Amino acid sequence: MNQAFLDYYSLEPLTGWIHRTLCGVMPEDWAVFLEGLVIGVVILLAYALLAVVLIYMERRVCGAFQCRIGPNRVGGRGGLLQVPADVLKILTKEIIRLKKSDHLLYELAPYLVILASVVSFSCLPWHKGAQVLDLEIGVFFVLAASSIGVLGILLAGWSSNSKYTLIGAVRSGAMIISYELSLGITVLTMVVLSGTMSISGIVESQAGGWNIFRGHIVAVVAFIIYLIAGNAEANRGPFDLAEAEQELTAGYHTEYSGMHFGFFYLAEYLNLFITAGIATTLFLGGWMPFHVAGLDGFNAVMDYIPGIVWFLGKTFFVVFLLMWIRWTFPRLRIDQVLTLEWKYLMPLSLLVMMVMTVFKVFGLVF
Amino acid sequence: MMEMEEKIKQWCPAGGLRVEESGERVLVVMADDLENVCRRLHDDTEEPMDYLRDLVGVDNGPETGTLSVFYQLESARTGRRLMLRCDTRGRDAEGALLPTVSGIWHTAEIKEREAWDLLGIRFVGHPDMRRLYLRENWNGHPLRKDYDMNSNVLDLEAETNADVTEEFDLMADGTLRGHENVVFNPDDFVVNIGPQHPSTHGVLRMRTALDGEMVKKIDPVLGYIHRGIEKMNERLTYPQTLALTDRLDYLSAHQNRHALCMCIEQAAGIEVSRRVQFIRTIMDELQRIDSHLLFYSCLAMDMGALTPFFYGFREREMILDIFEETTGGRLIQNYNVIGGVQADIHPGFVSSVKKFITHLRGIIHEYHEIFTGNVIARTRLQGVGVLSREDAISLGATGGTGRASGWANDVRKHHPYALYGEVDFREIVYTEGDSFARYMVRMDEIMESCHIIEQLIDNIPEGEFRVKVRPVLKLPEGVYTASVEASRGEFGVFLVSRGDKVPYRLHYRSTGLPLVHAMDTVCRGGKIADLIAIGGTLDFVIPDIDR
Repeated sequence: MNQAFLDYYSLEPLTGWIHRTLCGVMPEDWAVFLEGLVIGVVILLAYALLAVVLIYMERRVCGAFQCRIGPNRVGGRGGLLQVPADVLKILTKEIIRLKKSDHLLYELAPYLVILASVVSFSCLPWHKGAQVLDLEIGVFFVLAASSIGVLGILLAGWSSNSKYTLIGAVRSGAMIISYELSLGITVLTMVVLSGTMSISGIVESQAGGWNIFRGHIVAVVAFIIYLIAGNAEANRGPFDLAEAEQELTAGYHTEYSGMHFGFFYLAEYLNLFITAGIATTLFLGGWMPFHVAGLDGFNAVMDYIPGIVWFLGKTFFVVFLLMWIRWTFPRLRIDQVLTLEWKYLMPLSLLVMMVMTVFKVFGLVF
Repeated sequence: MMEMEEKIKQWCPAGGLRVEESGERVLVVMADDLENVCRRLHDDTEEPMDYLRDLVGVDNGPETGTLSVFYQLESARTGRRLMLRCDTRGRDAEGALLPTVSGIWHTAEIKEREAWDLLGIRFVGHPDMRRLYLRENWNGHPLRKDYDMNSNVLDLEAETNADVTEEFDLMADGTLRGHENVVFNPDDFVVNIGPQHPSTHGVLRMRTALDGEMVKKIDPVLGYIHRGIEKMNERLTYPQTLALTDRLDYLSAHQNRHALCMCIEQAAGIEVSRRVQFIRTIMDELQRIDSHLLFYSCLAMDMGALTPFFYGFREREMILDIFEETTGGRLIQNYNVIGGVQADIHPGFVSSVKKFITHLRGIIHEYHEIFTGNVIARTRLQGVGVLSREDAISLGATGGTGRASGWANDVRKHHPYALYGEVDFREIVYTEGDSFARYMVRMDEIMESCHIIEQLIDNIPEGEFRVKVRPVLKLPEGVYTASVEASRGEFGVFLVSRGDKVPYRLHYRSTGLPLVHAMDTVCRGGKIADLIAIGGTLDFVIPDIDR
């Protein structure tokens, strides 16, 4: 297969050149350390920036669904400065220490949540040659890293020493651990189709066609299951019962204030983005452009669009889908959430994986 | 009526029956006969008086040395109404006693607590004689005529609610002995839902015992915004009392005021013009649509669906604009007055109402598409929080809540007032008794209200919008009542006049109090999330409970 087009915008030569130059003036360990530092700062900046973008998008999208405008005053007609203003506000707010909480765990919890989120965020395939963490078991690593988040939520609920937070945390724990099953199984389904666990490998394997087209019906079902389970993993409506405002005031983060609350908030939005990003990677070809077999001219035009545009475009499309669901559906009840997972989604995802394996073995996929 | 009274007379071996008729007809029963009479009335095979509309305590004044309780009864089968009165022997701790009727009508459980709290009448055999609205350490009983207004200093200490309550039993030798009943055990996991909670629809607090996610028991704690409206009324002239009705259930502002105006007009013998009847009926129905749209919004939001919330508010805004045009107010309208309405309808009223109804009929399908048909909404509501017909009647859960349980209790239909006897409308009754039925009753009633308004809006006759009434009105001595179908149930006015320019006692039947009381029955065994959804479908408004 001709993959030359993928190299138009490849960042590998650039990163390679930087590395070689740095090694020329300092020992390699130092160079790696320096690069790691820079990359870390870049990731955190991108993380914060995306959070702002996502919050703004959520407010505009939900405004549109709710027959209203959304933010439209701060920073001109579009209300573009509303979210930065909110961020500034939350940064200046006092972090309240509760008298009767378990201080260590109480203050550790938001960092665990944000840590899990940042680590999984680093695994996203932004662009050819611009992937920060690219392990051989990349997908597995993402699943493992994102699971740390639930520990943070449980700790937050437990250490706040409040009944609301405790109920919220237990709900969240029960739900996230359950949905991790179908999430994991659907991810495995796609690993079966791609034949690799490396995230860059999965993306490269879709050069000839996105997985959702290669795996046809089976992949579409897996995609839907993934979206449902991923939505639950991100604790967003209709699965937001961990923080169910109308029942538990704010669930597990009721007692948090200032930037500690901000971390939970930030992590929630970025988890949405990560869920969508992984969906893009597994099903929609990551940064791969859209190709239609036989239309060479069309395909060539598509190739000129850089990979990062494709990746962000597809991810934000999935994000929009998830927002659409959130702003339309009422919340589920805890027993319904668990019934849905254990009685329907998990058996179905197991079946999907088996069918996909059979299809793959007998060459029934494209 | 006569044969009914004959029957009751036979059930009163101790003291016989006295009939008083100034204003309403009142049957006076002796305390020793009360339990027997009530039990037999309730169990009557032909015409069971199974619905206790209200239980009102009245202080007869220190000079008489007695307190009274009025029992307003109704038969759910025939709609016959009856009022009993029973006097205590004295006013002190030993004398202010009456037997409880809470074992006969469950709604008396909470209403006897109210009478104890405000008047200091102790009900013997009542399982839970705690105060209802005031603090547990409150001195005195405010609705007593000799209550010292300065007897309680402002107390800013947080109140700890006791987990036990007291029950009083009358011993054979006439002494009173109390024993403790347990509200919550020490090992119960009790969560406070409220008083500051997003979905209690006001400052209500429910102490909820949980077993995991399951609700074991709910104990409502009321009185956070109690303003003593009934006490204030004893100092206000009749036209002044009107101002406070809008502040009860603010989503039934027109209907509440309508009831009070009707009661005073009937007592004073004032006839209002037909034009006024038309305007009042149309306004009542607009108010009902307003309230039900808000019900829809809040229920959807309580269940976590935020988008339908805005749908309801979008259309409600149009009603508020119509109100504003004519009355000048949006939430508190101060529109009905004794003898008519405050101001004639706005010249654009008819056309804007018609425009609104056309708009609503065209857009209501959106409500059903986004919420009624939603699979999550249905599974969350159907079969959840079932209230049986018997319980609904016994708990006095009127309005849409009762009608969802198969109890046809629409005051507009069974005791027509204003123009409801002349218009054609359907009483919406469902039999399932679950949350979904309660929801559907309201949604159907929106359309029924539109239908009523359509019949009236083109035919508003010319005439006076207000008859001249003296500003200081004196009502003849007696007991007067009126009831209307407010947005969320039967709203009643109970007025005792001693011939003064101020009422001797003016009591409102709260539509929400029986509904909050019903929460415990309906929610037991459900999940926390169900509790919120059930609270949404029962649809109570707090200022009307904390009068």
